[in-house]
Amino acid sequence: MDAEPIKIAILAMGGEGGGVLADWVVDLGESNGYFAQTTSVPGVAQRTGATIYYVELFPGADLPGARAPVLAQVPMPGDVDIVMASELMEAGRAVQRGFVTADRTTLITSTHRVYSIAEKMAMGDGRVDGDQLLGESRKAARRCISFDMAAVAADSASVISAVLFGALCGAEVLPFNRQQFEHTIERGGVGVKSSLKAFASGVERARADPVTTLASDAPGLRDAAAAQARHPEVARLLAHAQRFEKSVADTAVEGIRRLIDYQDVAYARLYLERLDALAAAKGVDHLLLSETARHLALWMSYEDVIRVADLKTRASRFERVEGEASVQSGQVLQIDEFMHPRLEEICETLPAGLGRWLARPHAVNRIAARLTREGRVVRTSSVRGFMLLYLLARWRRGRRSTLRFELENRRIETWLARLCNLAGIDPALALETARCQRLVKGYGDTHARGLGNYECLMAVVDRHAHRLAPASLKALREAALADEHGHRLQALIAQWALGAPAAN
Amino acid sequence: MAERSFVHEVQKLRMGAGEVFAGEGILAVTKALLESGVAYVAGYQGSPISHLMDVLSDAQDILAEYGIRFENSASEATAAATLAASVNYPLRGAITFKATVGTNVASDALANLASGGVTGGALVIVGEDYGEGSSIMQERSHAFAMKSQMWLLDPRPNLPSIVQAVKDGFELSEASHTPVMLQMRIRSCHLHGRFVASDNRRSAFTVKDALENPVRDVNRIVLPPASFLHEREKVQQRWPAAVRFIEERRLNEFFSEDAADVGIALQGGTYNTVIRALQKLGLANVHGDSRIPLYVMNVTYPLVDAEFERFCRGRRAVLVVEEGQPNFIEQNVAAILRQCGLATELHGKDVLPLAGDYNTATVLAGVRSFLERYGLVQAAPRRVIPLVPAVAGAGQAGVQGQAETKAALDALVHARPPGLCTGCPERPIFTAVKLVERELGALHFSADIGCHLFSILPPFNLGNTTMGYGLGSAAAAAFNVPPGSAPAAKRAIAVMGDGGFWHNGLTSGIANSVFNRSDNLTIIVDNNYSSATGGQDIPSSRADNPTRSTGHQIEQAVRGVGVTWVKTLRRTYDLKAMTGALREALTTSTSGPKVLVAQSECMLNRQRREKKLVRTALEAGERVVRERFGVDPDTCTGDHSCIRLSGCPSLSVRTNPDPLRQDPVATVIDSCVGCGTCGEVAHAAVLCPSFYRSQIVSHPTRWERLRERLRRGVIGWLQRADARRRDKWAVL
Repeated sequence: MDAEPIKIAILAMGGEGGGVLADWVVDLGESNGYFAQTTSVPGVAQRTGATIYYVELFPGADLPGARAPVLAQVPMPGDVDIVMASELMEAGRAVQRGFVTADRTTLITSTHRVYSIAEKMAMGDGRVDGDQLLGESRKAARRCISFDMAAVAADSASVISAVLFGALCGAEVLPFNRQQFEHTIERGGVGVKSSLKAFASGVERARADPVTTLASDAPGLRDAAAAQARHPEVARLLAHAQRFEKSVADTAVEGIRRLIDYQDVAYARLYLERLDALAAAKGVDHLLLSETARHLALWMSYEDVIRVADLKTRASRFERVEGEASVQSGQVLQIDEFMHPRLEEICETLPAGLGRWLARPHAVNRIAARLTREGRVVRTSSVRGFMLLYLLARWRRGRRSTLRFELENRRIETWLARLCNLAGIDPALALETARCQRLVKGYGDTHARGLGNYECLMAVVDRHAHRLAPASLKALREAALADEHGHRLQALIAQWALGAPAAN
Repeated sequence: MAERSFVHEVQKLRMGAGEVFAGEGILAVTKALLESGVAYVAGYQGSPISHLMDVLSDAQDILAEYGIRFENSASEATAAATLAASVNYPLRGAITFKATVGTNVASDALANLASGGVTGGALVIVGEDYGEGSSIMQERSHAFAMKSQMWLLDPRPNLPSIVQAVKDGFELSEASHTPVMLQMRIRSCHLHGRFVASDNRRSAFTVKDALENPVRDVNRIVLPPASFLHEREKVQQRWPAAVRFIEERRLNEFFSEDAADVGIALQGGTYNTVIRALQKLGLANVHGDSRIPLYVMNVTYPLVDAEFERFCRGRRAVLVVEEGQPNFIEQNVAAILRQCGLATELHGKDVLPLAGDYNTATVLAGVRSFLERYGLVQAAPRRVIPLVPAVAGAGQAGVQGQAETKAALDALVHARPPGLCTGCPERPIFTAVKLVERELGALHFSADIGCHLFSILPPFNLGNTTMGYGLGSAAAAAFNVPPGSAPAAKRAIAVMGDGGFWHNGLTSGIANSVFNRSDNLTIIVDNNYSSATGGQDIPSSRADNPTRSTGHQIEQAVRGVGVTWVKTLRRTYDLKAMTGALREALTTSTSGPKVLVAQSECMLNRQRREKKLVRTALEAGERVVRERFGVDPDTCTGDHSCIRLSGCPSLSVRTNPDPLRQDPVATVIDSCVGCGTCGEVAHAAVLCPSFYRSQIVSHPTRWERLRERLRRGVIGWLQRADARRRDKWAVL
């Protein structure tokens, strides 16, 4: 067969240094006796879009009278030797476009994810399965070098292109040695030290075992049996919870932990009593009980102003913010909160009677409404701002008297009663009903929308308890999370004729 | 200040004869202009020739050394009209812009230039933005060359050929008194390669000489009867002269002419692709030695009948490889064959696709099909899908596996189009429109060309049409009720960038809406640069530019053409002001056009500028404040409304750290530039209290340090007390 150039495709997004990497490869080739050509479409890349840089290398440039090769400007599916991807979905894209083939392609990819806008804007969890992406990519390639290059780059205070260049060296698929690679970086002259460090890590990681599955970062529930308490009252609750089946107990203990943190021991006791009541009902299985335990804990710890103030003023939170902003010693950190409590939230935080009165239209209501029309920036790092939230958090003692508590408590009780009832009819439907609590989340309009959807679904359940398939309820719940305007949900309800019968 | 600086690279432009130049295609073209003794250069930026304008901009002192006048033209029409300098004087001039947008805008001037003809060489370098990565409608520049009778060069895509084409272009132009277009395909503009340089040449005659010694020839002016004369001159003198020059100078190339009795005639720009396809068929080697005869048209208009006759005579068949549609070349070849009485079979768009990118795989399939028909390659065995799956590991299983992989990936891999950058000042404008639409209902939204066109994508999903650069406002012109009828309940919104505004939007959009008593709103995005094309300065730029006059306010210009309802917002990030202004513009009872000038500097450019300043300040020990946003994971409930209203690349999601919750929480990643949109969105849309802003003060003042110690004392004491209480009741 005739000699062919070495063909390298780099798939990257704007700002990830794909162009720098391509230039390094060209310089590496040209400085070591190769003809090198690269092409790209940079306009797209600069603005976060996915793009391809393509490089071809051909030997013999330093021989006297060498004839220049004819090099291609775009990669051809099935005809690429090395594919480098700066992110996992881009590796998937390379495979999808046929650039990665089992007969010849070495795929070098970072395993970290930069989520697409579709993944990010979903109302629930819109992320695609990274393991599947990685699995398909590995399957397609002759050889795959994969590890989290973003993490390696961060460790070296460098950029991903330097790590990729290191991995390319470590893969030993190009006819150049490490020194030749390193000289290329040095010739570049910008950020040489950190680039070389990232490069070295890249070489090392490429030689180590590749990552074949992504590490899950989802926090699991802690083992209920290992839970302990300082206070005897808390210990009694734990002992009670530990009597449940393990999956239920693990969740229930987490629930207790959360509700004590949220309110007090009595509130956690109420939580257990509610679980007990459900456990005693006919048809209730472990799965229903543990899922209810999870959703009940979330619902009982609904997000009100008091909770937000509490969470925002903790020392642990201040430390987290410092870490995220990587504050060095000698630097001063200020934290500004963006809050917008509306009149509704203020009314709901007041004792029920007072809250209801303030919510009615009269002069005081109008004044309060005017005062709350705009969002506020509260500086929690200042004594004044901190005190405001700190005192608000202390109102926890009065929480049980608030309007919001009254409202939520009623909703919770209704929900639990419904679950008890449904368990006797169809435990699977009860389970899906329990999971509908997921819809109620957020603040302000988001909360109102979620609650509206939830109530719409509950009306369907109440109306059709005896004939509704659990899978249908699941589909309805997913439809409620499909769009902000509830179009999908309404369409599905209409399609399945689950709406309220027309009046008269 | 452009996005990319070529200050270091332009030094290569000083290279002398025999030195090896290595670099980008664009830079090579600039070098070729200098070697050709060009006297003036002009152009308008846009992909893929933005870098050519940037190179010229950064090379102004070198251009000055050779007495070359360089203009950043107001539009492609301006650039084309600039070539008028070559009509009466022996001045070589070059202009550049993107095609086919630029050729469309410039076509009036180009047509008049081509009619009268030129004395000095006139070269129009068009960046052909066609195919993958293109951002415009897919059309061909070829039609413009044909209709105005200009000659079109499409050289083989390697730097020596491109450089040679520039030089040949000037000579061809002078030999035939006709402007010449040089087509640079997108991937060739950004092609890295090398060529052997020649010495730069200074024009013997300069623009100064022309100014001081004016010459006039009424026969060169497009006015009857001269224009009737021009038409005859074109076909009787200029065309034959051009064909003669092309033949004599062998601008088109024949390769392996006697290798087979079929051949391929191709546009020069597709040469590398055709060679690679032949290589894959075993019919060429890496150096381009082909076993199939090739006729490479480095000049794709006009065609040289005699050369075609030579290539086709005695051949059974010829394949024309011609990218894009309509297939002008193929049609022309058909006429030539017919007129020459040749029976050679003609193939082209019958084996190759009618439209779309001619990438290697596409050309390979077409060339294979052509050569199979004439027995030059074996027909590929047909793939049979067996009814019973083959044993695993066999070839068929591989094929099946590939299909499964593809199906899986189609679901997993999302499109990732370009979008607004982190901290882009245009984001809050669209967020504000979304918020106002919540109150007023959906509105007709006329988009324009520029970064702001990304509003059509998720999460904004705003925009009905885009009719051209600076035409956003004009494209909403029809949306006004006739006088005397009941007023419409809604108004249309048009968007225009500052680039588009100065390009033509001031007249075609704003003045037009004044004159025609439009009632619509036009938002002018004033971000200091022509940002989408790479951050070039324009009249309203606020930067000091030593060679250009900047600082001309858009509001003044708008008022100057008669708009009375004008508002300028100096900070687009102020979402409350933005929504307020939009609401007012859309509901006010004042009639006539409304214009909202939304000002904030392009973040991409601002960061490039400020990063350096911050680094210097930090090294000097000065007080520097860095801002970034964050999301508290324990108060975020994972609804992602914030992302749906912003779409910032820095605003992402991560696994919920709460073991009871499953939906991922929003998170702000390190690339955050602290523009403030997140906080403003949370306020304006009443989203959630999870957003916070951290201000990190480096090298704080003594007073700041003291205050910090006091605060920490008080806050820490309270926090410890609270922690003790929680500790007492904690579940461990």
